[in-house]
This record gives sequence, structure tokens and C-alpha cells, in this order.
Amino acid sequence: MTATTVHRPTSRPAPPVAAHRPRPARISRIALHAFLVGTCVIWLAPLIYAFYTALRPYDSTATRGYVSVGGPYNLSNFTTAWSQADLPRYFWNSMVITVPALVFTLLLASMVAFVVARYSFRINIALLLLFTAGNLLPQQAIITPLYKIYQLVPLPTWLAASGKLDDSFLGLILIHVAFQTGFCAFVMSNYMRTIPGELGEAALMDGASAWRQYWQIILPLCRPVLAALATLEFTWIYNDFFWATVLMQTGANRPITAALNNLTGEFFVNNNLISAASLIVAVPTLVVFFALQRQFVAGLTLGSSKG
Amino acid sequence: MTTVQDARSAPPSARTGTGRGRRRSRRLTSHDRITLTLMGGVPTLLTVGLVWLPALLSVALSFSSWPGIGGVSSIHWVGLENYRNIFTEYPQFPPAIEHNLLWLAVFFLLPAPFGLFLAVQLDKQIRFSRLYQSVLFLPVVLSLALIGFMTELIFSPTQGLINNLTGDTHQGNMIDWLGDPHLNIWAVLVMACWRQTGYVMILYLAGLKSVDPSLKEAAALDGANGWQAFQHVVWPALRSINVVVLVITVIESLRAFDIVYIINRGTDGLELLSVLVTDNIIGEASRIGFGSALATILLVISLAFIVPYLITIFRKDERE
Repeated sequence: MTATTVHRPTSRPAPPVAAHRPRPARISRIALHAFLVGTCVIWLAPLIYAFYTALRPYDSTATRGYVSVGGPYNLSNFTTAWSQADLPRYFWNSMVITVPALVFTLLLASMVAFVVARYSFRINIALLLLFTAGNLLPQQAIITPLYKIYQLVPLPTWLAASGKLDDSFLGLILIHVAFQTGFCAFVMSNYMRTIPGELGEAALMDGASAWRQYWQIILPLCRPVLAALATLEFTWIYNDFFWATVLMQTGANRPITAALNNLTGEFFVNNNLISAASLIVAVPTLVVFFALQRQFVAGLTLGSSKG
Repeated sequence: MTTVQDARSAPPSARTGTGRGRRRSRRLTSHDRITLTLMGGVPTLLTVGLVWLPALLSVALSFSSWPGIGGVSSIHWVGLENYRNIFTEYPQFPPAIEHNLLWLAVFFLLPAPFGLFLAVQLDKQIRFSRLYQSVLFLPVVLSLALIGFMTELIFSPTQGLINNLTGDTHQGNMIDWLGDPHLNIWAVLVMACWRQTGYVMILYLAGLKSVDPSLKEAAALDGANGWQAFQHVVWPALRSINVVVLVITVIESLRAFDIVYIINRGTDGLELLSVLVTDNIIGEASRIGFGSALATILLVISLAFIVPYLITIFRKDERE
């Protein structure tokens, strides 16, 4: 649950023995549980409601009302949303953007972190500042010139149908990499600094090049932090709405998070369909939640300097 | 367990001056030198080119007038005119600033303390703590765009959950949560807080794990009650996390965009600075200079928080 899982092991005194502690009053424990259960019910309500609504055909909710029981329950909203709006296509777009962006972000960030953490060049702090601050800026503070730059940079048509960086998959991948590298570099350099210097020194004695030190010694040791960052970055890049909305004008090429906005109104005309489509879009992030929660949380808290 | 602490606990050798650095770099072969330069240089170029260059250009272009169509030659310089227009005759600007400030105030007053409260409760050794944590954390993995759709599901006047619960779904007596310019920002904020609380809670939970349990133990033995122990033992230990939460609160409030854009493209009561910037590029008539001036205002506000924050982190790092 905590960053400690991916951290260098910290020696810490064993948890206190319960017997030492004055026994908490039973009543207040029960009150606390009641409060937490109540809060959790409220927290889950929007999702449960979305799921419940998605299971009911529009006609049924139209006659009975949205807050009602009865009538048919089926998956027709899900199948309609899936096929009518061609959701597989948008999922594919998301993957085409997210996977390369993720791989390059982690690769570049780990390289910067390696240089910054393992070699005491004087520019290190400046470099890290540059990266970290860049990642904290609101996207909108840089979008206007970025948009113009993207329009002015030509690309061969085999790379982008639009013939320029604007409206291309490459453009979206690049901005994700540029924007996310800072955060990952910061987290990874802090992690790498906790790896004993002797490891690299020994390799150096054996005549290993800097690249081999990085690729064969340091990077494999960073597996836990890479897993945490990969989970987190996958979610963030997949969840991106802003970059794709502005930098990808061709609706058919938008990743699914941004595409949903266009599809609403055209295909998803009632709340039942919107619920179903929303839940379908949430599936990859829900998989992260159920299967990789530990890594996600570790990534988030490891770099809790993240904005 | 934060990076702040990490940085502090890093081996001193990493930065005790140039002596060691020089010794090392002398050992580098020219081949290694090229490798390291490329490893550091390529990502730097990308970040400088796509993040910092546009940031600086935002400032430069804010003194210009540049219609959306036309190349670089169609730029002409207009001095402070864009800023004058923004402050005197741009009707969306005052509400946008107002909503950004409201967003910030609400994030600061609700999710931050509530997230801390939940974290403190869940850090106690209670049963089902992990389950509660998971549930409260669930919205954090969802995209803000998706939360925009959830907002519609819940607050839409005729098909939404709230009005259906109260039975007010007919013209005349229904409350138009999303259409009423005085109400809609609150509906949006409810949903934004839904996500933000879990985020803050997770950060504080990680921070609480790093509070030495023997300190809490000692406080309990000395007869301190829960509040006293929190005040004197836990809260001081959370200082670095508090800074993190503060920065996240500010940055997330300035970045707010997705939810309002989904609902009505950020108009009629949902204006935000981020939306105004966007409108001036992808609107029918894109005004690059004007949009840049708005972006510069956003940039200055964010840097006012980012710079002191980074100085704190990195100075601590240097000192030890």
C-alpha cells in the first residue's frame, strides 16, 4: 500500500504490541466503522448507479423513472454502445498512443535519472529542476504556441496522414513523453540514489561502459519503481482528455477518452447509453484498480511531489 | 514516505561537491561521455522543445496579435493591448478567475482536510481498513473526462439521479443543476471533490506510515488523547506531505478543465482560465496572441506556487 514496498528497506521498529495500548472504547470503534461504511456507500453510489442504469433499456427507465426497480435488465446498452459507436476503433487509437508513449517515457526518464543520480555533474540539480517544473505546469499554459508549432512542423505522409505534427499520432505521443518524463525522472533519480554506489564502481573496475552499467546493472534493479510508474503513467496517458481534444482534430483518430465527448449526442442519446459507454471506457482503469492497485499507489506516493 | 525524504536520505556522496565528481568524470572514456550526453541530452531537448519553449513563447506571443491562419510573418506586436483587453473588456475573464479561485478554495477546505481525516482514521489498526481505502481511492483511477459524464448522470435535470430521487423532473419544478449558471459549478465541484479526496487520502496515508509508531505509542502512554497525539506527534511529522498536498491542490485547481468541458464546453457559469485559453485556439476565430496572454496569466500563477515549492525540495536536498 505504501511507497515502502518499492523502497529501499527501511529498518523500523516493530509495530507496537497491542497490549500496551489503552483499549479503545468499543462504542467509538463502532461509530467509526459506521461512519466509514456510510462514506464508502456514498463513494460507490455514482458507479453503482451508472451500472444499474446501464443495465436497463431506455424505454423501461422512461416509463418507470430512473430511480425505480423492475422491468427488463440486460446488456443491450453495452452491446449497442460497443458496436454502434465503433468503440473498438477508439480503443485501438488509445493503445497506439498510450503504449509507445509509456515505453519512451520510462526509457528516457530512466536515462536522465541515471545520468543525474549516478554522475555528479554540476548541472544535475538544474536538469532535474527543469524536468520537474515542466511537469507541474498546467497544460493550458503551453498549449497555444505548442498548437502553432505542431501546425508548422511538416511530417511525411507515411508517418501522419495530416502531413504535419498537428492531428497526428506521433504528435500526441511526443507531447505525452515530453510532459511525463519529468515526473518519472524525478522519482527514478531519487530511487537510483539509494542504490549503493559501489555497484557501479565495481562494474567500472571491470571495464563496463556507462551504457552497460545503466542497462545491465541499474535498470534491472529499478524493476519495482518501473512497475509502479508504468501503472501510473498508463492510467494518466490513457485518461488524457486535453491533449487529444486540442491536438487531434480528426475525430476518428481520437483516443477513446477524448472520443467519448464527440460520440455523446451523436450515438449516446440517453443516460442509459452514456452510462454503458462510460463504464466500457473505464474498464482499463478499473483493471488497474483491481489488479495493480499496489503499483498505482506506490507510484503516486513515491513521487508525491507530483502536481 | 516521500521523495522529499528520499532526497534527504540519499547518500551524501552524491553531492559532496566537485571533488568526487571530478574524480569520476576523469575516469570516463570519451565513448562514455558521448553516451551520457545523449542519455541526458535527448530527453532534455524534448522537454525544452515541447514544454519550455512553448511556455516562453506564450509569454512572447502575449504581446502580439496573430490570427489563427497565416504564418509567422503575419504576427505583429501590440504591446500590452491583449492584457488590457482581458482585464477591461473580456466578459468571460472575471467569472473564470472567480471559478478558479472557488475551485481552489473548495479543494483546500473540503478534500484536503477530509482526506487527512480519513487517512488518520484508516491508519488506526482497524478491521477492513484496506477495503475502506480501496473504495475511497477508486475514483482516483477514473479520468476526469469520465467524471464529467458521471456528473451528467447524477445531476442531469430530467434523467439524473438527484432530481429523480426527489421526483422533480418536470418542467416548472425541476432544479436545473447543470444549466443554472449559479448552481452548475457546485455540481461540478461535488464530483471533483469525490476524486480529489481519495487522492489526498492516499498521500497522507503514505505520510502517516512514515511516522514513527513508537512516538505515537509514547504519546499514548503519556495519556495523550487522540487529538493531542495528532496535534503534537502526527501533524509535525506530516510537514513535507502537507507541502505536497498544498501544491497538488493548487495545480489541480488550475488544471481543472475536463469536467466542465464535457458538460457544456466551459460556458454559462462554468468558465475557467484553462477553458478560455483553449477557446482562443480551437474556436472559430483563433486568436493566438490573446490566448497566449491568458496562458501567461495562468503560467505566472502556477509558477508562483511551483518555484517556492521546488526551491524547498532542492535546497533541502543540497543542504544535507
